Amino acid sequence: MRALVAARVAWLALVALVRRPRRAARAAGPAEDPRERRIVATPRRERLVLALLAGCVACAAAFVVLFLTGDRVQLEGLALGGSLAFLAAALGVAANALVPQVTEVEPRPRLEHPEEHAGLTGEMVDGVEGISRRRLLTAAGLGAGAALGAAVVVPAASLGPAVGDAPWETPWGRGRLLVDEEDRPVVADDLAPGGFLTAFPEGADKRELGSPVVVVRISPETLELPPGRGDWAPEGFLAFSRICTHAGCAVTLFRSPKYEPTAGHEPALQCPCHYSTFAVRRAAEVTFGPAPRPLPQLPLVIDAERRLRANGPLSGPVGPSWWGVRGR
Amino acid sequence: MSSLRFVDERLGAAPAARKALRYVFPDHWSFMLGEIALYCFLFLVATGTYLALFFEPSLERLTYTGSYLPLRGTEVSAAYDSVMGISFELPAGLLIRQAHHWAADVFVVAIVLHLLRVFFTGAFRKPRELNYMIGVTMLGLALVEGYAGYSLVDDLLSGMGLAIGYSTAMSIPLFGGDLAYVVWGGEFPGADSIQSRLYIGHVFLLPAAIATLIALHLALIVRQRHTQFPGPGRAEDRDVGTPLWPGYALRSLSLFAAVAAVLFLLGGLVQINPIWQWGPYEIWRGENGAQPDWYLGWLIGALRLMPGWEPVAGDATLAGNPFFGGVLFPVTIFAALYLWPWLEQRLVTRDPRRHELLDRPRDNPFRTAVGVGGFVWVVGVFTFGAADRVLVSLGFSYATQLWIARVGVFLAPVVAFFAAYSACRALQGRRSVAAPHRGGPA
Repeated sequence: MRALVAARVAWLALVALVRRPRRAARAAGPAEDPRERRIVATPRRERLVLALLAGCVACAAAFVVLFLTGDRVQLEGLALGGSLAFLAAALGVAANALVPQVTEVEPRPRLEHPEEHAGLTGEMVDGVEGISRRRLLTAAGLGAGAALGAAVVVPAASLGPAVGDAPWETPWGRGRLLVDEEDRPVVADDLAPGGFLTAFPEGADKRELGSPVVVVRISPETLELPPGRGDWAPEGFLAFSRICTHAGCAVTLFRSPKYEPTAGHEPALQCPCHYSTFAVRRAAEVTFGPAPRPLPQLPLVIDAERRLRANGPLSGPVGPSWWGVRGR
Repeated sequence: MSSLRFVDERLGAAPAARKALRYVFPDHWSFMLGEIALYCFLFLVATGTYLALFFEPSLERLTYTGSYLPLRGTEVSAAYDSVMGISFELPAGLLIRQAHHWAADVFVVAIVLHLLRVFFTGAFRKPRELNYMIGVTMLGLALVEGYAGYSLVDDLLSGMGLAIGYSTAMSIPLFGGDLAYVVWGGEFPGADSIQSRLYIGHVFLLPAAIATLIALHLALIVRQRHTQFPGPGRAEDRDVGTPLWPGYALRSLSLFAAVAAVLFLLGGLVQINPIWQWGPYEIWRGENGAQPDWYLGWLIGALRLMPGWEPVAGDATLAGNPFFGGVLFPVTIFAALYLWPWLEQRLVTRDPRRHELLDRPRDNPFRTAVGVGGFVWVVGVFTFGAADRVLVSLGFSYATQLWIARVGVFLAPVVAFFAAYSACRALQGRRSVAAPHRGGPA
């Protein structure tokens, strides 16, 4: 019911807006005088504005009631938005169909004052009268300003450390136990072939960039690891840094056996941000997308209790590239 | 009238006030786009101030105990917890939060449309080059402000956006790594100092900068007056339009109310950024098919389009991969926007005169063609940012889309340039047959 009333009022407002009498002639050129002033108020239009303002008040009151009684965001939005919509309609009708309709001409101000330029320059020059070493003094003043400016921005260096070796320094090292999100050790037999999980170094801060790794298990005979990594994937268990080498998102997708959209036809890890895709059996070599480097690999070993342990540090710096990422 | 006397006796303001009431605003619907942006900004300040009273800018860890059951018992940051509180416990909090988020999105829409209007009608020409550059600067600030805003919440989308921003900063040649470490306070994720920095930026530095530039933008408009389309009685030396009082003041207030109405209706009826669905940010989590706010779509598209390549010289990685899509591309676009008025004046029109009457796009085919080409370039990259959504909804292979887009984003602007150029020529020809001039709408 209220919606019907609102629609009717909105229609009337629209009609009032559109019905505004058009200016008659438009044929004359720029020399024509376009000034005009028309009185357009009628009792009907005044009543319309009053009705719209009443709608504004009703919706505003409804909002207060809703605020005090409930938590229905849709009704609150309707009430507050409706109140403002009534106000907008009332003001719009008043502007276009109630107050005098005036078209005015106003001359533009002149911006340029060429006759002032000589005088202005003269006054500037007067200000340095009697000083002989103007250039030296100016240069010294600018130099002092630059030195002071440099001095006051230096403390910004304490906002953060230099990169240094941080991306290489991770909690991983020989013998470090892999644990899951609840700190339970990752046991080899918990992960079926084709499965994957997230692991962390035991006892380390999980939120450190170098901590999270993704562990996948594929059949060992399909492995094509680079030379020197032959023993990094016992029984087909592989671990890689979970942080994408492109833009630092978590590599959360494992495409096996479903390969869409980009994996080619082998098990692949994929980042959901920009769809960089890493071939698992080829040590996370990039097969698709913008990542320029493979994910750092963590050498694994399975201990006597069938738990996964790191057999050394990650194979490279964790996370995105910078100037020195290939510097070691 | 006693209050009038009171003010006038102290400020001598009566003549200026009288002049202000008679101040003429040329009318055209497209002149309202900038006003919509202004009103969005006011709306953002008002709703943002309210939200700031309840927001906790801290990454301290705590256990969520609020009324959203699926997340109860989850470890979250104080920031995320407070935004969950605003959304679920604070009366009308969700309305204000969603309206604030919608306002940010509409704000950038209005700025971009306003920029297009100014560009294609030549409103940036002398004497308004500087005011145009202020406007372009505000567009850049609005993008950063929006990014800072959604990054503050510390939900999964925030964290992923921050990680991408951090990686993009790292990728800048020579000093990018140290720059990212200084801005983020160390390695991210991990460095918590980013939260307080984003907060002071989002609630104070950036809004203060935008507000200052808005004031300057408006002051320059008042000094230089408005542009207008050619029409009856309109000329370079005079404005024709509606005086401030009463017509324009009421109309503009109506627009303000209408903008606020739309934003509250959106905030109430259309869900936006449901952070309880994303969950809190943890560095090992990700959201499949995460999409940022629309105004960053051109950057995510550019990052995704870039082939997996980095220039290397010896040990030095000259630029990280995200540099090309995340820095070089937007810097190129903004540099082109900043330089265009000067390039056009020096190289294209060679016209040193002042211009108060606007061009229609067809009146300057070369400018229009360049603008359309550039716009198509950005929109093409933007569109590719949604390629994963296209895959999910239409099943169209992502890899195929990628290769089409890698060619298309460079081919389409060239095609668009020539199409726009000949369209302008054709329209010009038609006009010469019709009326000698056409008045702008009343």
